[in-house]
Amino acid sequence: MSEKFEAFVDHPFYDEMITPKGNARAYARKLYHFIDKLDSSELDDRQKGAELAIKQMGITFRVYSKEEGAVDRAWPFDIIPRIIPRKEWITVEQGLKQRVTALNLFIDDLYHDQKIIKDNVFPQSVLDKSVNFREQCVGVNPPQGIWAHICGSDLVRHSDGKIYVLEDNLRVPSGVSYMLENRLVTKRVFPELFETYSPLPIDDYPAELFDTLASLSPRSGVNPEIVVLTPGIYNSAYFEHAYLAQQMGCELVEGPDLVVQEDDCVYMRNIDGLSRVDVIYRRIDDLFIDPEVFDKNSLLGVPGLIRAWKAGNVALANAPGAGVADDKVVYSYMPEIIKYYMGEDAILPNVPTWRCMDEDSLQYVLEHLEELVVKPANESGGYGMLVGPASTKAERTEFAKLIQADPRNYIAQPTLGISTVPTVVHGKVEPRHVDLRPFILSGKKIEVTTGGLTRVALRKGSLVVNSSQGGGSKDTWIVEE
Amino acid sequence: MLSRVAESIYWIGRYQERAENTARLINVNTNLILDLPKGLIPDCEPLITILGCEALYHERHPELTERRIVNFLISDETNPESIISCLSYARENARTIREILPREGWEAINSMYNEAVENKSVSYARNGRRNYLERIINNIQHVTGLLAGTMNHDIAYDFLNLGRKIERADMTTRIIDVRAENTIPDDAPELKPFEDMLWMSMLKSLSGYQMYRQSMQIRIQRNDVLKFLFMRTSFPRSVSYCVNNMGENLSSLPNNEECLSNINTLKNTLNSAPTETLDNDALHQYIDKIQLQLAKLHNDIQKTYFQAFK
Repeated sequence: MSEKFEAFVDHPFYDEMITPKGNARAYARKLYHFIDKLDSSELDDRQKGAELAIKQMGITFRVYSKEEGAVDRAWPFDIIPRIIPRKEWITVEQGLKQRVTALNLFIDDLYHDQKIIKDNVFPQSVLDKSVNFREQCVGVNPPQGIWAHICGSDLVRHSDGKIYVLEDNLRVPSGVSYMLENRLVTKRVFPELFETYSPLPIDDYPAELFDTLASLSPRSGVNPEIVVLTPGIYNSAYFEHAYLAQQMGCELVEGPDLVVQEDDCVYMRNIDGLSRVDVIYRRIDDLFIDPEVFDKNSLLGVPGLIRAWKAGNVALANAPGAGVADDKVVYSYMPEIIKYYMGEDAILPNVPTWRCMDEDSLQYVLEHLEELVVKPANESGGYGMLVGPASTKAERTEFAKLIQADPRNYIAQPTLGISTVPTVVHGKVEPRHVDLRPFILSGKKIEVTTGGLTRVALRKGSLVVNSSQGGGSKDTWIVEE
Repeated sequence: MLSRVAESIYWIGRYQERAENTARLINVNTNLILDLPKGLIPDCEPLITILGCEALYHERHPELTERRIVNFLISDETNPESIISCLSYARENARTIREILPREGWEAINSMYNEAVENKSVSYARNGRRNYLERIINNIQHVTGLLAGTMNHDIAYDFLNLGRKIERADMTTRIIDVRAENTIPDDAPELKPFEDMLWMSMLKSLSGYQMYRQSMQIRIQRNDVLKFLFMRTSFPRSVSYCVNNMGENLSSLPNNEECLSNINTLKNTLNSAPTETLDNDALHQYIDKIQLQLAKLHNDIQKTYFQAFK
């Protein structure tokens, strides 16, 4: 065992690279020795080199603060990659494909016959209180019956060594551009590592995304016009919107660039007139997408878009209403949902979840707030949750009131001992907690990214990986053992 | 191509050209101050006149000092005409159309802005200013070359070039205008030798001194300098060159009739430049006429391509 990895000996969490004795796991041995040979100032230099590269490449995300308004921050990145052996990844990939297939069947069912409710597998009462169920979408048949074309599922590894699904993001999941850029940064900073390792390539994602979107086009026989619809440069994920449009060679459009004409087709405004749009990869939330149907005051959307979509003249990805499954109460039913539609057991386990809407669970949750993580059903970005072990008494009292006022809106999970990865902290290497967000594309076939975006909580002991709250990221390598 | 994208590219061209010309102008002016007798002309005042930001300057500053003026023009982000403001607008426009630019193009535009902001304190004193501004000019030239060498020369590139050339033509006329206004007073014949120096400095600010010598093969004289800067179609910073070049870009665009008729008007105006007979007043009026025609061209480009389908 090397001194450099001292902090990992008898470390109470599963580390992705280092065993509890402080030795390298088999697939990470070469990386371990490579890092070990770099002294503290070399490590710092590489980290600074990465930060400089990120600044030059303009890899940014936007954050809002009261003091400064909207500011562009450099994307936080840690240079030590996270490695997953290919053998394990194959199982994860199968699990994700199974899950997304079931999710799409579930959404399609909810907007049609609701068999799963009639068969008493999924309660009507949960659907009744769903904030992301869209009445306007009932009876619509999107191409191939698919609603969630792009899904980002968050995975964590618990101290038992198993990988669990933490949540599924079916609305406008972001992060894939950072996954792609992280690899480029690693190549700039650690070119030597690629002499000994051959992580499986990830850069076909934009092409796969393009193919998925193209397969949705309502017009056959013509090259489909695909656009990426962004809320604009003030959106926190604008970088990604521009990035994906650029990589796919598509137009990046804002709401006012599009118009729906009387023929219920969507057109974009060009320098020489209007031209038809076939597929819209929309990165605007349902509620802002069409002021005729949803939020009347939205300036981001396109009036008439839902009309055009229902008429089958344009494809929207993800389909409006797909977010109904992006609900943590729905999440808790995933094992049953998979079983119901596919007749299979879930390959990837869910984290055990208490639904506060169930009387008994509510009681248990209120009594054990100090040990649990409580989450609202429809928030993302790590907002509005209570991390029991890190909370104060006042926070717990406050939260108990929130839960009692609206039990349907809360679920609770045990505080997971989520895994760590060695991370550079002031020239030293220390364990920091990580999660993983792979992206799953569903069109005529299902494709999973090779790995995904690893997010890391840069603050010591923190479990919050969101970049808006002090999180960073790492390159993720799938390697042959 | 989306109208909004065309508009953004056009403005990237304009802002970059504006930043570059401002940098050139300040550099040459700083040099000139060293050569001329003290108090002959108000040191830096012509700069704010050329760049059309006198009113804003006087609102902010109680007095005209070299340092105040130069900082106002280089690094004051609250002055929309300052170099850093122009670079920031170019970058914001580039950000909104990142998907159109080659990756290296965006990175260069982004780095150029970052570098200008990080090192701005170097520009405060005369000794560092020259290098700072040359660096900015080089960086812009780098972006120009990079885009020329890596971007599809299609409609997007036409709009970039249109923005660049209309701004350049406008800046060249502004520079001539102000220099002509601030020549040596007639009642001081002992200062006449410095007059040529002023015209020379103007050529230098346009990187045109050597090109003038090569192509005109005569010593610096007012009328020849004017002829060179208005009419020399081979000199890439002359008004004629810019106008001809815009004509070529426009001819590959759709619905170009109105814009092309503006180009013809401009060509006629330039071909009939009566440089021999122009005294300073007539020169000023002539320049006004060209600037109005350029403004009309800008409006027509905007009307035809950016707003037609809104």
